[in-house]
Amino acid sequence: MSRDTLIGSRIRERRTLAGLRQADLARRAGISASYLNLIEHNRRRIGGKLLVRIAEALEVEPSLLSEGAEAALLARLREVAAAHPATRVELERVEEFAGRFPGWAELLAEAGRRIDALEDTVETLTDRLAHDPHLAASLHEVLSTVTAIRSTAAILAGTEALEPEWQDRFHRNLDEDSRRLAEGAQALVTYLDSAADARRSLTSPQEEIEAFFAARGFHFAELEGPEADPDALIDPERLTSEAARQIAARLLRGYAEDAAAIPLDRAARVVAEHGPDPVALARATGSDLSRAMRRLAAMPADMLPTPAGLVVCDAAGALTFRKPLDEFPLPPFGGACALWPLFEALGRPGQPVARRLVQAGGEARPVRALAVAGPAAVPDPDAPPLMQAQMLVLPEAEGATAPEPLAVGVTCRICPRAGCPARREPSVLSSGF
Amino acid sequence: MAKQVLVIEDEPNIVEAIRFILHRDGWRVDTHADGATAVEAVRAQRPDLVILDVMLPGRSGFEVLRELRAEDGLAALPVLMLTARGQAKDRECAERAGASRYMTKPFSNADVLAAVREMAGP
Repeated sequence: MSRDTLIGSRIRERRTLAGLRQADLARRAGISASYLNLIEHNRRRIGGKLLVRIAEALEVEPSLLSEGAEAALLARLREVAAAHPATRVELERVEEFAGRFPGWAELLAEAGRRIDALEDTVETLTDRLAHDPHLAASLHEVLSTVTAIRSTAAILAGTEALEPEWQDRFHRNLDEDSRRLAEGAQALVTYLDSAADARRSLTSPQEEIEAFFAARGFHFAELEGPEADPDALIDPERLTSEAARQIAARLLRGYAEDAAAIPLDRAARVVAEHGPDPVALARATGSDLSRAMRRLAAMPADMLPTPAGLVVCDAAGALTFRKPLDEFPLPPFGGACALWPLFEALGRPGQPVARRLVQAGGEARPVRALAVAGPAAVPDPDAPPLMQAQMLVLPEAEGATAPEPLAVGVTCRICPRAGCPARREPSVLSSGF
Repeated sequence: MAKQVLVIEDEPNIVEAIRFILHRDGWRVDTHADGATAVEAVRAQRPDLVILDVMLPGRSGFEVLRELRAEDGLAALPVLMLTARGQAKDRECAERAGASRYMTKPFSNADVLAAVREMAGP
């Protein structure tokens, strides 16, 4: 039904709003009630002088009757309908709906917008909660203390004839734990308060880039061929700041260079034969080790026997690229653990460092890490060398045991490792409270 | 002879409370606080039942359990896992690793006692 065929519906709606009967309006407009009835049911075209007369009789602008609902509103209503495929909506009558019930239609569109916005927020918050190691560690601390208090209190309250020495001991434990709980709760509140500016860090260029790469599984099929056009992949919807776009463009250009040097099918063959071994890949393709590591981390998940994580840092230790692994979480912001082989490699450029690692105190399984550092660009003899290091992290094969893994952390703030010589700030976990 | 339970947990005051209630219930209770050496402790002591915390220093409870289950004669050992996170992912991990029962902190003494009695059988 086209838009101007709905003039009748709008007249009917306005008449009802004005509390007029059909006969009253027909008389004021100088037409018969039965003719108005036909008009109101969109069965007679209407325009010109008659439309003006009816508009005058209804005391509205003629345009209010002749102009249909806005295209944007209709589009929005269609989107809302599409988002709820389970509900059978009379989509073919959307214009009629918007024309007859403009207020309700606006409301529905607005409600749809609001649902979208809220779903976005919920997703963001859920992500933060699920992936924030600090929050998880703090909650664990509080829950452990609560458990101890609950058990101890139940014994004190529910045990008949408790020996005085036990009673003393449990009272002491209770006192100790309640103090720990108070401190833990305080730390948690402080942390949650400071998380109020979460939105800002959420949209930091680095996080946008990570989300952009993660959404693509760190693999870009478009950059695997000879026609690679890295700049075409920059999506301003996802990379909202100029900084994010510039950094992403640089990373994608590097990706295209790596892909040209080590074609994907070549890499896939090497992995099929030798497993995800960057040394084997470097040898087979005559490329340097760091490029082979980046290529492994950029392969699609179905080509790799295990997922591969990758971290790159500059000479200042700032992480410039992160592809996390379940077994090897990366700090959401700030400095990483100084014990990582990534930083060890920075100290002896060109020499690969292989280590078996395990995240201290966590539930993570050991991982194999290989790190190597080298110049980030062609060295300039008159300028300080620009170095970068990268570390490939692979989950360990089932059953591997030797050598003893090195316990490392994510970042000091959330690391439980006691007496660590590399600690630069106290942990917020029990000892640090 | 009293049945033996080995409590592998690093939180001393939780250990003390569990030790107390199980001891009152007629169990012989031993404790161990380090994940890295937990498998050895089980091997050496051959307890009738193990209470195993997930977050242990040195090695995670999941790792410990996986290794226990792979060992001859320990595959059927009743193991009650304790965790401070009730997320579906953790429950799944515990089941995959071979936990007999799974309990979320903060639990009550009565829950622990009931679970232990049930797992130990008649």
